[in-house]
Amino acid sequence: MLKYSLRRLASAIPTLFLLITVAFFLIRIAPGGPFDGERALPAEIEANLAAKYHLDEPLVFQYARYLWQIARLDFGPSFHYRDWSVNELILQGAPVSFTLGILALAIALIAGVLIGAWAALRQNRPGDYAVMSFAMIGISIPNFVMAPLLILLFAITLGWLPAGGWDYSPTRMILPVVTLALPMIAYIARITRGSMIEVLHSSYIRTVRAKGMPEKEVILRHALKPALLPVISYLGPAAAAIMTGSVVVERIFTIPGIGTYFVQGALNRDYTLVMGVVILYGMLIILFNFLVDLLYAWLDPRIRYDDGEAEA
Amino acid sequence: MNESTRDAFDQALDTREIRGRSLYIDAWHRLLKNKAAVAGLVVLVVMVLLVIVGPMLSQWDHEIPDWDHSSTPPSLETGHLFGTDAIGRDLFVRTMIGGQISLLVGLLATLVSLIIGVSYGAVAGYLGGRVDNVMMRIVDAVYAMPFMFLVILLMVVFGRNIFLIFLAIGAINWLDMARIVRGQTLSLKNKDFVEAARACGATEAQIIRRHIVPNLLGVVIVYVTLTIPQVILVESFLSFLGLGVQEPLTSWGALVNEGTQELETAPWSLMFPAGFLAVTLFAFNFLGDGLRDALDPKDRL
Amino acid sequence: MKRVPVVVVLAALLAACGAPEPDDDAPRSPRLPVPVEVAFDDEGRPVPDVLAEEQVLYRGNGEEPQTLDPHLAEGVPTANILRDLFEGLATTAPDGRIVPGAAIHWDVSRDGLTYTFYLDPDAHWSNGEPVTAHDFVWSWRRVVDPETGAGYGRMLAPVVNAQQIFSGELSPDELGVSALSDTTFQVRLEDPTPYFLGLLTHPTTYPVYRAALEEHGSAHVRPGNLVSNGAYRLTDWQVRSRIELEMNPYFRDAGNVIIERVVFYPFEDENTEFNRFRAGDLHWTYQVPSGQFSWLKQNMDEALKISPWFGTYFFSFNLTREPFEDNLPLRQALNLAIDREIITERVTRFGEMPTFNLVPPGLPDYQPPAPEYADWTQSEREEEARRLYRQAGYSESQPLTVELRYNTSENHRKIAIAIAAMWRQVLGVQTRLINEEFRVFLQNRAQRRVTQAFRAGWIGDYMDAFTFLELYHSGHGRNDAGYNNPRFDRLLDRIASERIPARRRNLMVEAERMLLEDQVVLPVFIYMTRRLVDPRLQGWEENIMDYHLTRYMYLVKSQDEEDVQGGENEE
Repeated sequence: MLKYSLRRLASAIPTLFLLITVAFFLIRIAPGGPFDGERALPAEIEANLAAKYHLDEPLVFQYARYLWQIARLDFGPSFHYRDWSVNELILQGAPVSFTLGILALAIALIAGVLIGAWAALRQNRPGDYAVMSFAMIGISIPNFVMAPLLILLFAITLGWLPAGGWDYSPTRMILPVVTLALPMIAYIARITRGSMIEVLHSSYIRTVRAKGMPEKEVILRHALKPALLPVISYLGPAAAAIMTGSVVVERIFTIPGIGTYFVQGALNRDYTLVMGVVILYGMLIILFNFLVDLLYAWLDPRIRYDDGEAEA
Repeated sequence: MNESTRDAFDQALDTREIRGRSLYIDAWHRLLKNKAAVAGLVVLVVMVLLVIVGPMLSQWDHEIPDWDHSSTPPSLETGHLFGTDAIGRDLFVRTMIGGQISLLVGLLATLVSLIIGVSYGAVAGYLGGRVDNVMMRIVDAVYAMPFMFLVILLMVVFGRNIFLIFLAIGAINWLDMARIVRGQTLSLKNKDFVEAARACGATEAQIIRRHIVPNLLGVVIVYVTLTIPQVILVESFLSFLGLGVQEPLTSWGALVNEGTQELETAPWSLMFPAGFLAVTLFAFNFLGDGLRDALDPKDRL
Repeated sequence: MKRVPVVVVLAALLAACGAPEPDDDAPRSPRLPVPVEVAFDDEGRPVPDVLAEEQVLYRGNGEEPQTLDPHLAEGVPTANILRDLFEGLATTAPDGRIVPGAAIHWDVSRDGLTYTFYLDPDAHWSNGEPVTAHDFVWSWRRVVDPETGAGYGRMLAPVVNAQQIFSGELSPDELGVSALSDTTFQVRLEDPTPYFLGLLTHPTTYPVYRAALEEHGSAHVRPGNLVSNGAYRLTDWQVRSRIELEMNPYFRDAGNVIIERVVFYPFEDENTEFNRFRAGDLHWTYQVPSGQFSWLKQNMDEALKISPWFGTYFFSFNLTREPFEDNLPLRQALNLAIDREIITERVTRFGEMPTFNLVPPGLPDYQPPAPEYADWTQSEREEEARRLYRQAGYSESQPLTVELRYNTSENHRKIAIAIAAMWRQVLGVQTRLINEEFRVFLQNRAQRRVTQAFRAGWIGDYMDAFTFLELYHSGHGRNDAGYNNPRFDRLLDRIASERIPARRRNLMVEAERMLLEDQVVLPVFIYMTRRLVDPRLQGWEENIMDYHLTRYMYLVKSQDEEDVQGGENEE
């Protein structure tokens, strides 16, 4: 087990390195620079700014400098938010995004599995269609439509909830969390439904049923656990994505998370900031995929990692 | 229980016909039993016809504003069945044109990702060993990169040719496909019929093309129906960021985004495009799920 | 069990998007509070009775500041905060007039080249230290030092040696500023610059606190570190969430400041800000969603404040490339074919003023010269446009194909579509609309390699027509049209050195006329500032620079005092 973990950790390093390299050069391809504005800068000042941030050096040097910098866990100064370092910006924004993400994840997991399992037991019957239709709302209506509708209804018309803003108070979290959770509910419900149907058709469940076990017990004790395996593998990348924030939700609800930095960082050519969040995302993906594999082993006794032969 | 007996019966049917060419016919029959999937299929066919024929039937142009009727609600009198947008362009025509673009873009990007994903996955899975390892490591690295970051960079770099962009989106959206296909191929390649082909002296390329790929058809069909709606959503997200299709062309995403700006003052400008978008996505998703139930590859193998 | 709420939510959602009845009697948003009648004391201050208990202003403020360092800052939202935090030698009154700030008064030498400022002895930093002439000397040298990288350093260009310091030929110490005593600050200018006092209200000319900067470096603007000399000081800064200021007790006029705390909220989306205002979270918005005019007129008329701004929305041509290079009739035709009234009434819809001029009206000493076609009817203009179009060598069968470029924004999009449609309807021009992401757009515009016609626009940096005219100097960094007219350049040079106001004015009129005759730009309308303001917030006035200092404002009680307690959303 430990051996396997260490091996996975070691294999993450080249992946991360590849990711950093690709992202570093990709962002530099985009035309325009971080200091362009409506008011053109005098050439000397532009040159000075470039020198200050080492943008005047050959790209390969900048790359080497950057690698050395992040090796010391320093993501550098933000080019756009000039009073802050990338570390500070991420440390301010990440807890916000993590909080929203984890809440949304929890809600989506509970609702999604319930809906999916419930639908699977009524495959192709009205109940199935009804709950699956509800689940599909999240992936049939774009979230930038859903969010204003929710605000209009719950904040403006009914006045029950705040229209946005952020201060870690539960009422301000409800609408953003719901907006974030809706599409995930759809995906989880659908995965659960699919795998549940499959499990229910398996010879294993047929055997259990043939033994005369009550249906409730069949489902809860024998069917649900294997049916959850595909959900778990979906959750890895999904958790990384949702915990790194959503530009839509952050913009519409004015939430200071880090999701916006993926987009605004790229649009502002804030090279260091965008690299910072991309690396964070990459690390989360790798971490969660690792956790998923561990969870898999725990849930499914057929999979063992002790012998070092990983099969997923 | 009635339900389980029926399911068991279905299962029995599967086993009986597992080898026959009637596999897909059988799947088709199963699909027809799924009312939601059938409804989805019908809706999609109607939708495609509508967005193609619709603009031809209208007296309005999608580009030229009707200056006297900007932001007017749907009305038979003015001839604007879905009302007009903020500048006075007919929303019926624009919704249809938007549908053409959205569907085309979804299809295009999905096809590109399909081609790359299937070939990449099939090659990796078939060759296996070290090559497979390296190829999958690359997939891991790209996978660890936020999709939206890549898409936005592509938008910025490639300028604004929507088709180029969706070729590009397809080109980075193939990872799931590659993984699925690789997994399938890994399990397929040791099957008897592949062994047999190899014994007959077929080349590796021939085996991949003749035996592996066709057997992946089920997965691919499901994948396509479920990826198109995702791509349409990605396009709408880009429109939200203002990075979508160039005017005077439009897409459902762009129209919906304009609509949300005037949610209260001109609700029709949101309702019609959002309705079309949602119905289409619903249809694709139900069809996709139905196909997956009907074609479940694990049942067959 | 699960089904009931689902159905309810669905029904409610459908109701929300399906049935907007603006005429419905039921209030759809919280009723705007009605302020009590305000009485003033002998000194013109509102009497304490009418003031609300809680003097905390919640202000929506556009995008998150890039920096709060006044010398590096750019953009209107940041300037709004800096005007509360800092104070220049001069400042503005509620109506925008220039009034003494950190300097209590000043002398101008006869030749207009030397300004001597006498600092207010009461002027203090937020840590209680006095503001001295040395602070200004040090700060201004910092601005012109190329090492600093001040984006707006150009503002100090009129000062002796500034240009040479920018380009590294002279050291910052050579700047033409000196401290004659602790409270006397002298500035020497290269040319008489009539708008010089106006520059002193700009953040670039504000003093910064040397000791804080030397101690904290680039972190000197953090809460706790930032020492400022304005009416407020920084107490909290949560990136992309809120910036909070409190009254600066050491401010020279602290006795007259009523608002105790100001909270600035950044917004990336105008609809979000609008929703927050409707929910009662804000007293003041930075802008108003462009599509909402009729709704606002109907539902929030008392809160909707629209006034002319010192900015012009225009398009421009790349004069160095086909098809606009050396083709004056074509540019004229495209200009005349646009019906500006339709654009302002049907597209932008916020009462923008159609214009044919580059310089906006409203300057006390400058009257933009109206071209003769300004008085024609639109059909006359279109007639002439068609004639010029043919003269330029185009026709029905040989139409012009042109690219019209704009950067991503709802408003730019709508206007560009309207213009393309007008060109097509009047002249038969085939327009290809190209929407670009902001930085790509700026770069393309500046490089002049791929552009043809493009969106432009300018908000004046200081109250003088020169801020618009100088854009088209052949050497100006933002001359994206590539206009290169030696006569025009000479005219600008003469304006810069002219000492007699009337003559200077005539030269500027001549310069603007030259730009219009050469059809370098295609003006469309004058920008309007538009915002929602809680009727209880008073003490501010509309002005064309759109400067609104919190220190003049105050919140009054509403007639329904309960409303104040319940409606305010304290965070």
